[in-house]
Amino acid sequence: MTEKIAVSLWRGRAQDRYQLYEVQLRENQTVLDVVTFVQRHLDATLAYRFACRVGMCGSCAMTVNGRPRWTCRTHVAKVIDRGRLKIGPLENLPVIKDLATDMAPFFEKWQQAKGAFAPSRTRSDPIERIPPGGAARMAADAAIECINCGICYAACDTVRWNADYLGPAALNRAWSLVNDQRDAGNPARLAAVAASGGCHACHSHQSCQEHCPQALNPTASIAGLKRRTTLAYLRGELKA
Amino acid sequence: MNVRLYVLQRATAALMAPLVLVHVAVIFYATRQGLTAADILSRTRGSVLWASVYGLFVVAVAIHGSIGVRNILAEWSPMSERHAGIFAIILGCCLLALGLRAVAAVTLP
Repeated sequence: MTEKIAVSLWRGRAQDRYQLYEVQLRENQTVLDVVTFVQRHLDATLAYRFACRVGMCGSCAMTVNGRPRWTCRTHVAKVIDRGRLKIGPLENLPVIKDLATDMAPFFEKWQQAKGAFAPSRTRSDPIERIPPGGAARMAADAAIECINCGICYAACDTVRWNADYLGPAALNRAWSLVNDQRDAGNPARLAAVAASGGCHACHSHQSCQEHCPQALNPTASIAGLKRRTTLAYLRGELKA
Repeated sequence: MNVRLYVLQRATAALMAPLVLVHVAVIFYATRQGLTAADILSRTRGSVLWASVYGLFVVAVAIHGSIGVRNILAEWSPMSERHAGIFAIILGCCLLALGLRAVAAVTLP
């Protein structure tokens, strides 16, 4: 007899419920494979989001057995609990339908944290040489591989408690730009992350780095922002 | 919490760390040596040193504690950040008044 998985999937919006499906257990099966099987063979009305299936696009994150995970790179064998999988939408974000969340608040906070590169030169200027081994470049590199999956945002207690908190991903992005020698946007960026809801709201619980599928450490980036903004404030470069 | 409150809270914490140790050492000394209230008052009354130590301690506690309570209320209660701030200012003023009153009672000659 082939082994089955009892899969509970969140259906509807915030006030709805989990629905149980039975899916055949397969070798090397990912959680995204399970959700896709349900949508294609058991219930075509199931809504979920994915794109690349190889851990690059950051669009398939969901809550799997209580933890936020990238479902395309999460093998069922690693997370299954007594033959059961409970899959819901990401926490701390509005649910559009079923497993798909509205990522707009997440990306709006990237913009609030001045997460866009502000060039210091024009295309007519010669390209600036940045030594890869420089301290600032290495600090920028440590924070740069974020895929915007929203897992850290869903895992963060401070985001849950404080709707204005910019969140680990936006602050991690700000830290990578603070260390980018080519960027000219730091005065506005430091003011944005030093305001209420910025880096000083972080409690350093470190759920972001615990759950980050890219093994980044947003807590360390936020600590860097705390140091940098504190120094800027004491030097009179920031008004609070 | 913005950077100004963050700096104030960290600075007062750094100030309180040695002051708490002094306070605990004083308690141990007073109880171990069996000092009476009259013995203690005879040493603290008119002392600029004890008035400064405990006066500074009270100011640091009032600032540090009220910022902490403000953050807890803003995060864990339905109170808005502005209302939590107003409540914290009132709390800080009360702590300051009560603390300074106590310091004055044992240090004024």
